[in-house]
Amino acid sequence: MVNIAVLVKQVPDTNSKIQISGDRVDLSSVKMDISPYDEFAVENALQHKESGGGTVTAITVGPAGADKVLKGVKALGVDNIVRLDFDGYMDSNGLQSVLAQEISSGGYDVVYCGKSAADTGAGSTGPGIAERLGWGSVSNITDISFDGGLTVTSPTEGGNAIISVNLPAVVSCDKGSTKVRKSNVKGIMMAKKAQVDVKPVTAPASSVTVVSQVMPPAKPAGKKFEGGQSAQTVAQLLRDEANII
Amino acid sequence: MSDTIVIAELSKGKVSPTTNELVTAANELGSNPTVIVPCSDSSAANDASNISGVTKVIAAKSDVFANYDAAAWAEAIDSVAPAGIVITSASAQSKDLAARIAARRSISVVQDVIAINGTTLSTPIYSGKAIQNVAISGDAVISVRANVFTPSDNSGSTDVQVIDTTGNVSTAVKELVQRASQRLDVSEANIIISGGRGMGTPANFSHLEEIADKLGAAVGASRAAVDTWDEIPHSMQVGQTGKTVNPNLYIAVGISGAIQHLAGMRSSKYIVAINKDADAPIFQHADYGIVATWEEALPVLSSSLSSLLA
Ligand SMILES: Cc1cc2nc3c(=O)[nH]c(=O)nc-3n(C[C@H](O)[C@H](O)[C@H](O)COP(=O)(O)OP(=O)(O)OC[C@H]3O[C@@H](n4cnc5c(N)ncnc54)[C@H](O)[C@@H]3O)c2cc1C
Repeated sequence: MVNIAVLVKQVPDTNSKIQISGDRVDLSSVKMDISPYDEFAVENALQHKESGGGTVTAITVGPAGADKVLKGVKALGVDNIVRLDFDGYMDSNGLQSVLAQEISSGGYDVVYCGKSAADTGAGSTGPGIAERLGWGSVSNITDISFDGGLTVTSPTEGGNAIISVNLPAVVSCDKGSTKVRKSNVKGIMMAKKAQVDVKPVTAPASSVTVVSQVMPPAKPAGKKFEGGQSAQTVAQLLRDEANII
Repeated sequence: MSDTIVIAELSKGKVSPTTNELVTAANELGSNPTVIVPCSDSSAANDASNISGVTKVIAAKSDVFANYDAAAWAEAIDSVAPAGIVITSASAQSKDLAARIAARRSISVVQDVIAINGTTLSTPIYSGKAIQNVAISGDAVISVRANVFTPSDNSGSTDVQVIDTTGNVSTAVKELVQRASQRLDVSEANIIISGGRGMGTPANFSHLEEIADKLGAAVGASRAAVDTWDEIPHSMQVGQTGKTVNPNLYIAVGISGAIQHLAGMRSSKYIVAINKDADAPIFQHADYGIVATWEEALPVLSSSLSSLLA
């Protein structure tokens, strides 16, 4: 029986427009959703459980609004949902120590997470937690199998490595060939009634402070040409103007 | 002013030119770095000894560097790296390593740095839809995006110190599967040509491959192409749920420019778009746009490149 944790995070829907108000991103009218790669982490966690029994606990760090994401994964078949209650900015050191503590006290054997969150794009959380727990980790995996121990496929220079992983370990998940399941009505009804286990956290002092959030500098308008023949002009510009070829 | 430590980026066992860009980033943070070359054969570090603006080169020698194991690499590097601001590249593997080293030292990591002003670092957030500026106090680990900082030149001369090191390996590589084609992966390439649904059939990607081979480029794809055609693997997908790339040149062919595709390639230095629809959103991000079908444009592009590169 494996005790499995999966880390999920709510982020702005990837279709949403990001706006700045003052010197901060204004998310007040943005629709939030589960970070895309976390869906693959949840799927792999559920498959791990189905391969030999166990429990899956989804953990998020966030404000009450993040319960929606937890209920969403509950509807897919996750057993327990936990929210470490926090609203605001934590640097990677703070976030990872809070999560590592929760993982350690929960007695988990394996932790799944997305390869990066769609808001920061950093991908630091999985490997960072593993280091704090003294565990191994594999990142950006595109395939997984559970027969005879955990085996994953992870990209390496010039191809892929097929790696066997000793537990305990943290596994960060890319899309790869993973097809994710959809929730059904029964699951959704069950999830509605499910209780989120809310736990207070105190973030350690931060050594990184956000100074400002700004729009990316506007790119100067490009040159646009009509017709296939203009490809010749563009090739010449790539040499003379861009100095690339 | 903090001491800086650059972890050299390696490609096929050699110090890659990205390392010179990391040295520039260290210089912008105000110091000449110690460059650490993780290697199983210390002669690999000789290539780092002529990078300008460097204080010291350490060949961190260990068998663990033969295959990537995050835990062992972090331990082996941590034990030879002095305290300070540690700088890695922002390749997928190096970001993973950066996070590990930071956690090992109980300090923070800032990934994908695209600008440095004093101790203020800029990183893209929300897939590049906004930029976040953060101030770091004390030691940290930072990863730096390729093709952002001007590479430091190779007119220096620094002695190489060899230090034996080791770490505990927790994973075992059972098998390495080389890619069938000799072509680069999108995450490794400096030039990428990608096709979208507008290519019509997966067989038509051969026209992109022909140009890729001339340019030494990788071939990428939109999600619509990957989802529609089994022949186009997910490893080629660029975007929100694919790879984030930062090449010198990105050529988008038959790709509309959906926000999730832009998420993976908008920071490319130069973007060329070929699309038959003059109103396709990709043109708003293209340095050079060609309004035409690829059937008309690609043969012309191919022959023009042949004569330019001849
Ligand atoms: C959560 C989420 C994650 C996503 N992640 C990704 C991702 O990682 N990467 C990604 O790419 N997308 C992603 N998408 C999908 C994205 O929204 C778009 O659907 C997708 O990028 C469209 O691909 P496309 O441009 O190839 O196809 P289309 O939008 O159908 O565009 C095809 C284009 O080809 C042009 N065309 C047609 N025929 C020709 C011709 N003969 N010559 C020249 N041009 C021609 C058309 O004018 C059109 O502009 C994601 C979506 C979601 C919701």
